[in-house]
Amino acid sequence: MAAKKLSLKDKYSLLTRDLDWEFSYQDRKEAFPFEAFEGIKITDWSKWEDPFRLTMDAYWKYQAEKEKKLYAIFDAFAQNNGQLNVSDPRYVNAIKLFLTGISPQEYQAHQGFAHIGRQYGGVGARVACQMQSLDELRHVQTQVHAMSHYNKFFDGFQNWSHMQDRVWYLSVPTSFFHDARSAGPFEFLVAIGFSFEYVLTNLLFVPFMSGAAYNGDMATVTFGFSAQSDEARHMTLGLEVIKFLLEQHEDNVPIVQKWIDKWFWRGTRLLSLVGMMMDYMLPNKVMSWQEAWEIYFEEAGGALFKDLARYGITMPKYAELVEKEKEHVSHQTWWTFYTHGHAAGFHTWIPTDEEMDWLSEKYPNTFDKYYRPRWELARKLEAEGKRFYTKALPQLCTTCQIPMLFTEMDDPTQISYRDTVYKGERYHFCSDGCCDIFKDEPEKYVQSWLPVHQIFQGNCGGPGVEQVLGEYYKMNLGADNLDIKGSPDEKRWKQWKGVA
Amino acid sequence: MPVHAYTPDYSGEVRDRVENFHGNQIVYLGWDHHLMFCAAFAFPVPPTLTFRQLRDEVMVEAFEPHPEWTQIDWERTTWLLNGQAFEPQPDVALIDQGIDHKSLLRFQTPDLKGFQDAGV
Repeated sequence: MAAKKLSLKDKYSLLTRDLDWEFSYQDRKEAFPFEAFEGIKITDWSKWEDPFRLTMDAYWKYQAEKEKKLYAIFDAFAQNNGQLNVSDPRYVNAIKLFLTGISPQEYQAHQGFAHIGRQYGGVGARVACQMQSLDELRHVQTQVHAMSHYNKFFDGFQNWSHMQDRVWYLSVPTSFFHDARSAGPFEFLVAIGFSFEYVLTNLLFVPFMSGAAYNGDMATVTFGFSAQSDEARHMTLGLEVIKFLLEQHEDNVPIVQKWIDKWFWRGTRLLSLVGMMMDYMLPNKVMSWQEAWEIYFEEAGGALFKDLARYGITMPKYAELVEKEKEHVSHQTWWTFYTHGHAAGFHTWIPTDEEMDWLSEKYPNTFDKYYRPRWELARKLEAEGKRFYTKALPQLCTTCQIPMLFTEMDDPTQISYRDTVYKGERYHFCSDGCCDIFKDEPEKYVQSWLPVHQIFQGNCGGPGVEQVLGEYYKMNLGADNLDIKGSPDEKRWKQWKGVA
Repeated sequence: MPVHAYTPDYSGEVRDRVENFHGNQIVYLGWDHHLMFCAAFAFPVPPTLTFRQLRDEVMVEAFEPHPEWTQIDWERTTWLLNGQAFEPQPDVALIDQGIDHKSLLRFQTPDLKGFQDAGV
């Protein structure tokens, strides 16, 4: 007679590995058509070690309990007018950036993992990816719910899903995920599961969630805590895939290295948005971007790559360049948003005196020399009644799609320009990293949907920038964009707080 | 391999070919060591535009907010076209002096060091 209750081990086996079956009349190669074209060699899927040890029934139970608590806190936050407890209305703009820039990418991660969760011949990997796919879907939902309360009181939260595919700076994270999702299943997993989730995720989540805590945003903090156990699982999957691929066949090593190089570089470019959020957008600052990079990449990542050296994996290409860039990118990026504040879906501002002193202290080699003068110019113009908004559209990098704002590290007042010609067309890049990625797969990146060029082709409405912003992006001009000074957000805040 | 794709001989649509710009071509213009402008600007212009028109009519609106713009001595300005030293001919069409679609023109004004001499 069968036992009434299965042992954990039996249940685990039945609900994961036992979901697969032997194919008697179909060729496995046809059932898993995407498994070979990237050149990855898998000799034995049974060597895959399931990273989660979690069955679906336990997953549902555990997540349901977590979310019950999470939504109780969201309710309490709303009922107690939690929006009044944030440090300063400027803080809310960091959350707008999160909702528009990051939450839609959780959804893309969900789609990507759902797709690859079908594509591997090994059932262990399929189950793990399906669970991560569900996590990502839950994350986008809980993030939207956490932030929906702010939508009742602040501008700029209303059209995030519409904006994702359209707005010039949101094309950066969007195209990052399009790149990963249109790659093969192994590259996707190395890109998102390893390079992003394992190597770089702490640089995204820790700053945002600690930033939320430092600035009185309990809804976002609680979301962060709730997602933490999922993130830990994702990191385990990311590491497992790397070890599995490297142990399966030595021919996989150079392929995996190339993907690590590519996605590390793409990830650091993407994180320049987080850098500016930490250094400029948080009224109460957690730590500088440079400090975060040193702790979460140089120390933690350094140890990781030491560990991977036995497989023949080396530090990602251009890690040395990024070590220099950590003193520059946040300043260069926020300056770009400040000068494009008319075209951003959130508010921008000049740092206060105290904030500039903090930046001088945190960036003794660079801030006073290169960046304080930019803010002094901005102040001068503002005092003259000529708050500076740039009048033309910027050149974009073909690969990362970020305006070509990054400078040479040995000459920090000179923009870094790279280009290459492919089939008679010239393409421009912000860096050797982005140029190398293009040169490896030009047929992919010739298709880049570069927002500036799309506007000039007439594909984004127009003809004027105002129509593009208002009608095609659906920004509420005069409310969502421009400086925080004089914004409806600021006026409402002052009314609530009873200050003039 | 130009792409690692599942489909054999996969090729991508070149989204920014000049035919898509309705008679215009893109020209990028960057003022070296003047980072008040965070990046070079992109302008859609007819290939038949003269260099003088580009400089005096197209560039001016974008660059004139800079306090040093009016101090530029164009006789002493040096240029790079796609990374190569370049001597622009003011009254010749862009396309006839090699400034083609998605060309990058950079100019240097060594006497002008930017706001507070800081390259801004």
